Amino acid sequence: MKAALSATEWMGIISMKNSNFGYLMGEGIRSIFQHGFMSFAAVCVTVACLLIIGSFSLILYNVNIMVSDMEKENEIMVYIDESYDEAEAKSVGSRINMIENVEKATFITKESALQNFIANQGEGSAFEGLSASTFRHRFVVTLQDNSMMHDTVERIRQITGVVNISANNELAEGFTTIQNVLRIATIAIIALLLVVSLLIISNTVKLAMYDRRDEIAIMKMVGATNGFIRLPFIVQGFLLGITGAAAAFFIEWGLYDALTRKIASMDSMQLFSFVPFMNVLWPMVAVFAAAGLFVGVFGSLSSIRKFLEV
Amino acid sequence: MIEFKNVEKTYDTGTKALKGVSMRIDDGEFVFLVGPSGSGKSTIIKLISGELHPTAGFVEVNGYHLEKIKKSAIPHMRRTVGVVFQDFRLIENKTVYENVAFAMRVIGARNREIRKRVPYVLELVGLESKARRHPSELSGGEQQRVAIARAIVNNPSMIIADEPTGNLDPARSFEIMLLLEEINNLGTTVLVVTHEKELVERFTKRVVAIDEGRVVSDGMDGYYQYEEQ
Repeated sequence: MKAALSATEWMGIISMKNSNFGYLMGEGIRSIFQHGFMSFAAVCVTVACLLIIGSFSLILYNVNIMVSDMEKENEIMVYIDESYDEAEAKSVGSRINMIENVEKATFITKESALQNFIANQGEGSAFEGLSASTFRHRFVVTLQDNSMMHDTVERIRQITGVVNISANNELAEGFTTIQNVLRIATIAIIALLLVVSLLIISNTVKLAMYDRRDEIAIMKMVGATNGFIRLPFIVQGFLLGITGAAAAFFIEWGLYDALTRKIASMDSMQLFSFVPFMNVLWPMVAVFAAAGLFVGVFGSLSSIRKFLEV
Repeated sequence: MIEFKNVEKTYDTGTKALKGVSMRIDDGEFVFLVGPSGSGKSTIIKLISGELHPTAGFVEVNGYHLEKIKKSAIPHMRRTVGVVFQDFRLIENKTVYENVAFAMRVIGARNREIRKRVPYVLELVGLESKARRHPSELSGGEQQRVAIARAIVNNPSMIIADEPTGNLDPARSFEIMLLLEEINNLGTTVLVVTHEKELVERFTKRVVAIDEGRVVSDGMDGYYQYEEQ
């Protein structure tokens, strides 16, 4: 596949007079309607592929947000030596904060730990007479990157005055694994479906070119440059790609809104929270436009090359 | 101007189409290129139009050295050479006017130039009244006139006509030749490839005869000189 037009060809396009621009656009559009059914099929396949691509991107985006939300709640408890008084215990906090990857270490006195504990047990529980001395001063530590939790925990453990740490490594690592798997799957699916859309647009343009091979031969004979011959077909591919992208975008929008509203109304699904589509509107516009443009323009470019070998 | 120097062309199949052709056609000349089928006439045309590269030797067309021409320069070389074919090669779904305008449009001419130039060229070939017709509504002779109009519309310095009268009756053929002669009188170099002996004899022009990949005669004496050998 020849990747792109040469610089001089682009210069030619940029400096093109209005009459030629109109001519090239007109030829591109004519080409689409000459093969109405094939064009329709190409747009449909592009829509389907972009819908799947868009859906996976949205799912990945939402999972990323959910994971980072969960990570924030995923805290490490660092317990301080019982013999330390409040001031001594606080001084350990500054050492914890100095460790890389520690986002925040919040100090909790044994008294407030007791109160939290009693509050969590509910009123009138057997623990009401408990003394604060049963508890230790502690820090609630959150991390910047949970995938490095194991290392960070070990480093906190080295600090004098730290006697115990409770951390849930497995949970944090589980999140990261889900995220990674999803990311790889999404990339693979996007790549595959982009190729599928590319091929179908390429085929449509090829058909249009085959149909007009006599015209192309005449163009070559009278000295049209390859860039000029290519342009109507690039316009055709571009229009097919962009039409597919626009349709897919609005369908995606509708589906996403309907689905998130449905899920939000279901009690059993309260665990999941979704980003409203409006929050990702412009990135989604960019993704769809870029994908449409890519499959349209490269699809046509790949099919044009062999017809120009005269 | 066309100049061939010891040009050889061997196809991938091993066929030796040209075995050292040398000839020179100066600006403003009218030349017939004659020879039986398979003699190498078509190969010469394809070398001039840049469709083929010579296996050996030098080919110069209007200042372009085709044995070493860059791909990107070929379109510009082709603009200096108008080509007419036996089968006309018109676009069926375009009118006469559009067929001629198409040749200007695809090399980037402005609409204003097109509107001025196309009627002039159609008048020159005698088809100004049929501008709105489609090729299928025209006779063979008229279709070939459209093809000639298309070949000259970009004002090339040379016209190459490959068997232009092969599909026409003798009267139409003669008219086409008169038209090409008229174009030649206006200053355009004309090279006509043909095997129609009678037609060649009716004009007193330089005749280059090709046989088995070689120039076998070249002069004003026409077909006879070649046949007598």
